Amino acid sequence: MSSWAIIQQSLPLFQKGFFITLKLATLGILGAIVVGIICSLIQYFHLPLLNPLVTIYTEIARNTPLLIQLFFLYYAFPQLGLRLTASQCGVVGLIFLGGSYMAAGFTGGFDGISPSQLEAGQAIGLSRWQLAHYVVLPQGLALSVPALAANIIFLIKETSIFTVIAIPELTNTALDLIGMYYHTNEYLLVLVVAYALILIPLSIILTYLERRVRYGAFGN
Amino acid sequence: MAHSGIDVLTAGSNFSRLLGGLWVTVKIALIAILIGTIVGILLGILRTLPNRPLRFILRLYLEFFRIVPTVVLLFLFYYILPKQFNVNLPAETVATLVFALWVASEMSDIVRGALESVPQHQKEAGQAIGLSYWQLQRYVLIPQAWPLGLPATVNLMTRVVKTTSLLMLISVMDVINIGQQIIEANNKTAPNGVFWIYGIIFMFYFIINYPLSRWDKHLNKRRLEANH
Repeated sequence: MSSWAIIQQSLPLFQKGFFITLKLATLGILGAIVVGIICSLIQYFHLPLLNPLVTIYTEIARNTPLLIQLFFLYYAFPQLGLRLTASQCGVVGLIFLGGSYMAAGFTGGFDGISPSQLEAGQAIGLSRWQLAHYVVLPQGLALSVPALAANIIFLIKETSIFTVIAIPELTNTALDLIGMYYHTNEYLLVLVVAYALILIPLSIILTYLERRVRYGAFGN
Repeated sequence: MAHSGIDVLTAGSNFSRLLGGLWVTVKIALIAILIGTIVGILLGILRTLPNRPLRFILRLYLEFFRIVPTVVLLFLFYYILPKQFNVNLPAETVATLVFALWVASEMSDIVRGALESVPQHQKEAGQAIGLSYWQLQRYVLIPQAWPLGLPATVNLMTRVVKTTSLLMLISVMDVINIGQQIIEANNKTAPNGVFWIYGIIFMFYFIINYPLSRWDKHLNKRRLEANH
């Protein structure tokens, strides 16, 4: 069988894996952004009680590998009575890891806001919540776009680790096929191309977005 | 007698086996960081040269290692080296090679960025007093670029340590692989063992990475303060 025929035969399976990767990555990234915004606001306003909790969470999540986090969720948590499906573990793991990276990124953006903005907000009597909504978030999020872009790419690549808990995403699909048919070169080629298909257009879009936002920042 | 699970950690030679696995992990990370940093610095310097084809090739190298997830890189080298090039290396060596190449690619970008951030007049002043190309690098550019690139380098180191968790995928006997063996061996008698084994591995990684990430944070803060 020619290489091309082998590749063609495997495409339906890779297509499935492709969409699983995209779906889980999207859910994980959206969740991570929400967790990241909440954590970074807590850190920005130094909310009592919650602030140290966020610090502990981010240090743990950032300093341990996703693979061990997934093993914990998938193999150890059922011992405590918490049983999740592999896909749920994947998304939860990605949110746990990604949330801490997003928090660091947003915190960096918030720190870039000039203190006079905050003082002006306080001077006209805005509450903390109003400050977050009208002053910190609009400016801080714009400043965080470069970090956000890097994190999104990073998290999509991390989904390849889902293969260890047998989620049939792209990498798992390729490894399965290699195990069954031994057409190593062909399947690895499709795998690399599939990741390139997701990541190259995305990184071009994100670079464009970064430029737009930077342009906006100069406009004021 | 009922096991509480924690006994699995201390039973027999389990703990020393885990430490042995951790050493394999750390060794691979250290060698890869060492080789990758040296190669990466050279490549980074080359990338500041005005030679367009060379810059293009090195950029391609960087982008390839950036786009392809490390899991996939490991399998690429693990499967294709023996099959296409008839090079049969032990899994540990393949892993070290992949990590070193990855570190080199990332380092090349850190070094390039740092070298280009050194003010142009520094370079011109060096040329004016007649320094040769390598003297300029050695005495003017590298000493000033070093503090600019250091935080990103430390950050890269924490990423390398975390990524070593993937070693088990190409059956390197690292700390996770050994942990899994212990879990499987004790699964019947102590099902709770899984919690303790993964817990201790979790701790191992944290203990290695936490000081590094503190250092990274400290360096970043110092650099920000220096800028203001």
